[in-house]
Parts: sequence; structure tokens; C-alpha cells
Amino acid sequence: MKLLRPLRHALLACLLLLATMAHAEKVMIAAAADLKFAMDEIVVAFRKINPTDEVEVIYGSSGKFHTQIQQGAPYDLFFSADIALARKLVKAGLAASEVKPYAVGRIVLWSASLDASQMTLASLADAKITRIAIANPKHAPYGQRAEEALRASGLWEKVEPKLVYGENIAHTAQFVQTGNAQVGIIALALAVNAELASKGGYGLIPAGLHQPLEQGFVITKHAEGRALARRFADYMGSKPARSVMTRYGFVLPGEVSH
Amino acid sequence: MLTDADLQALWLTVRLAGAVTLTLLLIGTPIAWWLARTKRWWKGPIGAVVALPLVLPPSVLGFYGLLVMGPNGPVGQLTQALGLGPLPFTFGGLVIASVFYSMPFMVQPLQTAFEAIGERPLEVAATLRASPLDAFFTVAVPLAAPGFLTASILTFAHTVGEFGVVLMIGGNLPGVTRVASVQIYDHVEALEVAQAHRLAAVLLIFSFVVLLALYAGRPGGKKGV
Repeated sequence: MKLLRPLRHALLACLLLLATMAHAEKVMIAAAADLKFAMDEIVVAFRKINPTDEVEVIYGSSGKFHTQIQQGAPYDLFFSADIALARKLVKAGLAASEVKPYAVGRIVLWSASLDASQMTLASLADAKITRIAIANPKHAPYGQRAEEALRASGLWEKVEPKLVYGENIAHTAQFVQTGNAQVGIIALALAVNAELASKGGYGLIPAGLHQPLEQGFVITKHAEGRALARRFADYMGSKPARSVMTRYGFVLPGEVSH
Repeated sequence: MLTDADLQALWLTVRLAGAVTLTLLLIGTPIAWWLARTKRWWKGPIGAVVALPLVLPPSVLGFYGLLVMGPNGPVGQLTQALGLGPLPFTFGGLVIASVFYSMPFMVQPLQTAFEAIGERPLEVAATLRASPLDAFFTVAVPLAAPGFLTASILTFAHTVGEFGVVLMIGGNLPGVTRVASVQIYDHVEALEVAQAHRLAAVLLIFSFVVLLALYAGRPGGKKGV
């Protein structure tokens, strides 16, 4: 019987571990690619005050996530760069909360080789610029706004032959970062990131040239009854989270655009 | 039925697969021949390099392709110096990337076919005073014909099935780099389910027919590969 004692201790330790693990919760977030840097920071801040909780974020195009959630993907929260896609989930009965607007995004000109802060959309017609990257307007909200801005400036016909299309806004930024496109129209939230900012400035595209990039999130049906999903959703409205979002150039609900 | 854009994507896919297959017949054949007959120690490393795309994710190839062929990469610098411009986002760039990507599908069946011939027929050809080149075309190539067929079909089909590399270095240009697999992806993301279905069905049937032809044309399944 004495031999069994260590075994019993080990068993007890296992049970204790299981108990703490059961207490620790986990959420999986599907987030639009423009949130890449901002959301990473917010998650770090959230976990500092909730060290036992696990938060995993997957970044990609909003259109893709929308389709995946329709097909039963196990995401607990969906942050969409286009609020309309979040609303569609509610309509389809796949959400466990109302749609909550969390930010309005901005598009910018960005280049890794030229000084984009001195550029306007009209500079894109310059013959020296041969490749311009935008997100695919067919399904990426940032691509749709880029196309609208180019059309509103009367530049679409001149610029279209030079366009290359990224799968989402981060993919688009990467075309520019590697120098394969001289200029890109990307999210302000990506252009202000330290690594990208060190490579070149950005030029803000006037918000009046396109429909607003209204963004919203929902808690999905998958997360129904899970407290952590709601806690994280609440945290998005907290002061620390809002200040991160502001730092990344997002205009927050209830604030005036600059 | 299929839209003009879908047909354009399909036609582009066929052109890409055709160009890659022809290019690989030209450069894959000597590589396979050398691999089948050499006894040098670097046969192993070269064979491994040729087989790499079987293992590597397309994203790795696409990533390197973007860096190496981009305006700041070594290949990009070379093509720019030659006045060709950088290769990403061009049809030529896709062909080059796909040649690497599909290389094992050409080289490995050919190598097996060449190895199966053995030394004897070539020695006989040599005693009949055939030059090595002569022997290659009049003896080795006809004997390896089933291998050539298998290798070409596999290469063509594999290029049709390419997606990741094209997505990463193609830039999704209609008629230039937007192949059928990318077009399907776009349909799905834009929730155009009906269009995705139709184009996907075309590819499904095509792939099945190709593989059926491959297996049907191989009695006993022992020749060729």
C-alpha cells in the first residue's frame, strides 16, 4: 500500500490541474486582417488582467470568415471590416448578440520605396508607377473602398491596368512591403505599425471619396452561454482597448473623424 | 452556364499548364536522364532538390518566389537588367514558379522509365555505332514513351491544380494570372455559390477524366511509372 502513495499524490495533482483547466476558458476570434496589430495588443492587455483565459485570434478577409461561420466554423467572435457582413450573421440566426460597431477604418497610400506622405491618388497615374496593389474589391471591404475612391477621383480607367489584387488587406500590404508593387492602398491601421512605418510614410486618402469603412463585431452562436466571449466583447469598449484602437488610426463609435 | 470570366480563367489555366508541361519536357528530360544514369554522389542531393515541392507548402515557394523574382531579388534584378521587368504578377512569372512547383511530377516518372531501360539496349546501340545522342533519341525515348506520357499528364494536371503559389505571386489579374482555382476561391469568398459550383464541377470532371485516362492507358499498371 505504501507503494501506492506516490501514485495517489500524482492522481491528486492531476485532478487539481484538471480543475484549474476547467476554470480557464478559451475563445477563438475571427478578425479582419486590418486588425492584425491592434488586436494583438488588445489581447495582450486583456490577458494581463485575465491570465487564466486563453484568447486565440485568426486574421483573414471578412468575406471568408463570414462564409466559414455560415458553414459552422468554431469562432466565438467575428470582427468584420464590413459591418454589413456581421449584420448578415444576425439575420441568418448565427449570432448570439447584437452587432456592435467598434471602429471606422481609413485607407491610405503606402509605399516601401517612395515617400507616400507626399502622394495623392492623382500621383498613381504617373507613368513611373507601374504596379499598384489593392485588396480584391470583389470580397474585401478595403478593396471596395479603394475602388470607390479611385472612381470618385476619376482615376479608375488610368489606374486599373496597373492594379494587382491581394487576397485581404494584409496580403496587399505584403505585395508593397516586398517591393513587388511600388504603391498600395492599404488600411491605416497597418501603415502605422512600427515595422511598416519604418519603411515609408503614408498618405491619408480623404474619407469623403468613399463609403465609410464601418466595422462591427458579433458574438456567434457557437459562443452562446460562454462568459469569456462576452467578457472580451465588453473589454473592447474599455478605455485601454479604445486607446489601442485610436493609436492605430481607427475612429471609434461616438467620436468625430479628424 | 459559365460566365466569360470563368471561361477566361479556364483558358488561362490550360495555357499555363500547357506552357509548363512543354518547358518541363525540355528541361526535365535531361535532368531525369542524368539522375537515372549517374553514379556521382551528388545524385542524392539533386534528386532531393527536385523532389522538394512534393513536401514544401506552396506558401513557402510563393514566398521565396515573391522575394527572389521581386524588384529587389536576384532574379528580379537580372530580369530588370534584361529589360523584362520583374516577374511577379506576369504570366511568365507564373510559368517559372510552376515549373519548379511541378518539376517532380515530370522528372520522377521519367527517371523511373529511364532506369527501367537499363544499360543493355544502350550498349547494343553503341556497338552498332550509334552516338550517345542518337541512342538516346532512337532507343531510350521510344522505350520510355509510356513514361513520357505519364509524366506529361501528371505535370499538366498538377499545374491545373495549383493554387497557393499563384495566389501569392499572381496578383489575381484577369486573363494574366487569375487561373480557375483562384477564380473559384473568389467566387466562394464573394458568396457566389452557384458560380463556384459550376466551375468547381468542371475541374472535378476534368481531373477525374485525366486520371481515368492515365490508369486506363496503363495495362497492368506496371509500365511507365
